[in-house]
Amino acid sequence: MRVELVRRGERSAAMAYLSPLLALLLTLIGGALIVIVWRLSTVDLSNPETGGFFGALQQGFVDYGRFLYVFFIEPLTELWSLEELVAKATPIILVAIGLSLCYLSNTWNIGAEGQIAVGAITGSILPIFFPDWHGPLMLPAMLVLGILGGMAYAAIPALLKIRFGTNEILTSLMLVYVAQLFLDYLARGPWRNPEGHNFPDSRPFDDGQLLPTLFGTNIRISLTFVFIAAFAAWFLMRWTKMGFQIKVLGQAPRAGAFAGFSQNRMVLLTFLISGALAGLAGICEVAGPIGQLRTSVSPGYGFTAIIVAFLGRLNPIGAIFAGFLLALSYLGGEGAQVALGMSDQTTRVFQGMLLFFVLACDSLIFYRLQIVRNPAMQTGTVSS
Amino acid sequence: MELILGRADSARPSRQRPESPPLLHAVGITKMFGAFKANDGIDLAIRPGEIHALLGENGAGKSTLVKILYGVLQPTEGRILWKGQPVGVPNPSAARRLGVGMVFQHFSLFEALTVVENIALALSDRKSRSALAREIEKISLEYGLPLNPSSVVADLSVGERQRVEIVRCLLQNPELIIMDEPTSVLTPQEADDLFVTLDRLTARGCAVLYISHRLEEVKRICHHATILRHGKVVSECDPQKETAAKLATMMVGAEVRRLSSDLPPPQNTRTRLSVRDLSLPQPHPFAVALNNITLEVKAGEVMGIAGIAGNGQDELFDALSGERTCGTAALVSIDGKSCGNIGVTARRRLGAAFVPEERLGHGAVPRMRLSDNVLLTRHATGDHLLRGGVLDPDAARQLADRVSRSFDVRKGTPDPEAGSLSGGNLQKFVVGREIDRQPGVLVVSQPTWGVDAGAAAIIRQALIDLARSGSAILVISQDLDEVLEIADHVAVISKGHLSPSRPTSGLTREEIGLLMGGMGEPLAADRGAVHAG
Repeated sequence: MRVELVRRGERSAAMAYLSPLLALLLTLIGGALIVIVWRLSTVDLSNPETGGFFGALQQGFVDYGRFLYVFFIEPLTELWSLEELVAKATPIILVAIGLSLCYLSNTWNIGAEGQIAVGAITGSILPIFFPDWHGPLMLPAMLVLGILGGMAYAAIPALLKIRFGTNEILTSLMLVYVAQLFLDYLARGPWRNPEGHNFPDSRPFDDGQLLPTLFGTNIRISLTFVFIAAFAAWFLMRWTKMGFQIKVLGQAPRAGAFAGFSQNRMVLLTFLISGALAGLAGICEVAGPIGQLRTSVSPGYGFTAIIVAFLGRLNPIGAIFAGFLLALSYLGGEGAQVALGMSDQTTRVFQGMLLFFVLACDSLIFYRLQIVRNPAMQTGTVSS
Repeated sequence: MELILGRADSARPSRQRPESPPLLHAVGITKMFGAFKANDGIDLAIRPGEIHALLGENGAGKSTLVKILYGVLQPTEGRILWKGQPVGVPNPSAARRLGVGMVFQHFSLFEALTVVENIALALSDRKSRSALAREIEKISLEYGLPLNPSSVVADLSVGERQRVEIVRCLLQNPELIIMDEPTSVLTPQEADDLFVTLDRLTARGCAVLYISHRLEEVKRICHHATILRHGKVVSECDPQKETAAKLATMMVGAEVRRLSSDLPPPQNTRTRLSVRDLSLPQPHPFAVALNNITLEVKAGEVMGIAGIAGNGQDELFDALSGERTCGTAALVSIDGKSCGNIGVTARRRLGAAFVPEERLGHGAVPRMRLSDNVLLTRHATGDHLLRGGVLDPDAARQLADRVSRSFDVRKGTPDPEAGSLSGGNLQKFVVGREIDRQPGVLVVSQPTWGVDAGAAAIIRQALIDLARSGSAILVISQDLDEVLEIADHVAVISKGHLSPSRPTSGLTREEIGLLMGGMGEPLAADRGAVHAG
């Protein structure tokens, strides 16, 4: 007897929505195992004062309850942490929207993290070289330069793929480290603040060079970019021939060629769109929460956005919901570190498990599980 | 023609089928795919030491039978006897344990690895690389398969790569080797070398099941032939005692059905599709190069291109549709306008329409709804499926409904995904989507491949009706019955050469069968020269 995946006639619309929820559930179960095993590993099981194995097990469940509260609930209870949540969700969602378009067209931009860094660099050129310019065009110019920087950097793996057939997964990923090291070099070297007591940061940006906040909170105007980008991407995919091309080429390249659509053009286009949004996210970070150029401008938002894109069903609106969930995992990870003394890698583990389970559960959209009784079969031996 | 047959006959050494009990005996093998019988009570006995030809057109059931023998598929009915004992072959590794090896038409080798590394990957028992290399050298010497174990596969010719596959197979000491169209990718010299190897194999008592449609080859090397047609064994014979013409007739069958058309093909009409001296190199090593293809289709007529799969049909289709453009515009023209260098959308705008062989993934996107699939080929043909750059889903749905109605596309829901339709219904949709436009030129490949008889009749009638309304239709098909049924003129494609077209009425099956079996290639070139001169 074995379990088999049997192809469905049509894709299951219900499963497309249930899959991320199922994945979240499985992630919580996996998280429970990790917290309990972690607790067991920290306790001396032979010591009768801690209640031995079962005492530790019980403590593990208690810890997991606290972990769930700290990870998912506590960040939502106070204004400052809600602001923080929005600040983290903004770049993640911006990038995830671009990546969704990319992945729908079966093009794999894994290098958004690098495009964020380059967007931050090119967007910072003006405030660093013209620190005294505060005119009304300063901020729009910074944003445009950030976008162009991200696009230009994303164009590299796209053009390499078109011209030489290189694998864009590898090139875009490797270019992340190039960009990060270049940013590190700039922040420590030529662009370091001369009055900064040798800290490896650029000069802090001034008022006219920072994104304004909304409604008297710490939430910045970049949140509106998220909604504009999500709506634009949704409209593109739902109502335009370009969106149709992206879907056709992503699902059946041969049919795309038969329809007269160009695969190469689409590779370049989707890389440019996702690079533009990553570059925008980069400059919004330095001209927002960070306020200056540092050796690192993103704690892995470009990679987290990959998870968000899939968790959001490669749908721009879905990316908004998924983005907030993953932003929560950053805050929750910090909380677990403070309250429970868990490793700072908790966030990464949580995100990794989530992506793993989403991709696994997505197979249920096209397949259903079936239990098969295997007929007794002679395996190549002579029988009489 | 006679001359060529004569030459082949005189060069042939005489061969005798060994008298011994069968090594492998397949009894009453039947394989159903849904309601379709791919194999229908097939009996096949292969004796040790013989080269046994399995002959048949595409779709005759050869691959299904071979997959059953090699454990890739399970028969619905019937049993397999190995040395007289009934055996089950649940998977290919069980087949290999029995002593059955297979050399596939398309190789499975890692180009970046060396010969010995590739072979080591496939072997289940681990041995040192150098020991394996010595063994490879020993076998390659023994069977006349010169091969350097340390060369990288990427640097090898197609013939050498095939040797790697054969050596890999021989290392497992098989008693029966199945070869699927082994010479289809080889040059004539490489093929001669292969035949020497096969002779050495059989001299040691190994049996070979040799799948081919190339008649001359079968006559030259095979001891015995089993001929399949429509999933059944139609004949068994000694290929050396039969003429190539007789083999061809057995392969393609003799019964003729004619679809009557009310109107005869119009005479002296204008040319709507023409190709002049089109040559294109092969895009990848398993593809076929096109050589000086010349054809003309006039308004009101159906032209058929017959031929066995893999002789350049796909390449010709891509060149006609514009999925692959050629540098010179004048090589292809539609309604007198040169279009060799423009793509598929521009050719559609000239009034041409295309239906590729592969329905799913080429002609239609399986996971998209019919209304989206309508957009696939008609987004730029003035059907108002876009308004001001914004898609109009209602218009697309109406168009899909119109096609479904006029071609009797049976569907479970109003707008299902293309992949959920049955083959026949999807084919009616894909053909109907193009005919609905009333195109001036229609190029269609395998219009009724794997389609039930009812749907096939609807599609064929629609093609004839479209032609009689003044369009030019080019049908590329491996189904000879179909070509003879609907085409007014027939040409045969073989190894990338296209024979001059002839009126269907004056043709015999035997002639076409010989052309399909590659017997006409040198002649085709001569005839072309005569016509040109």
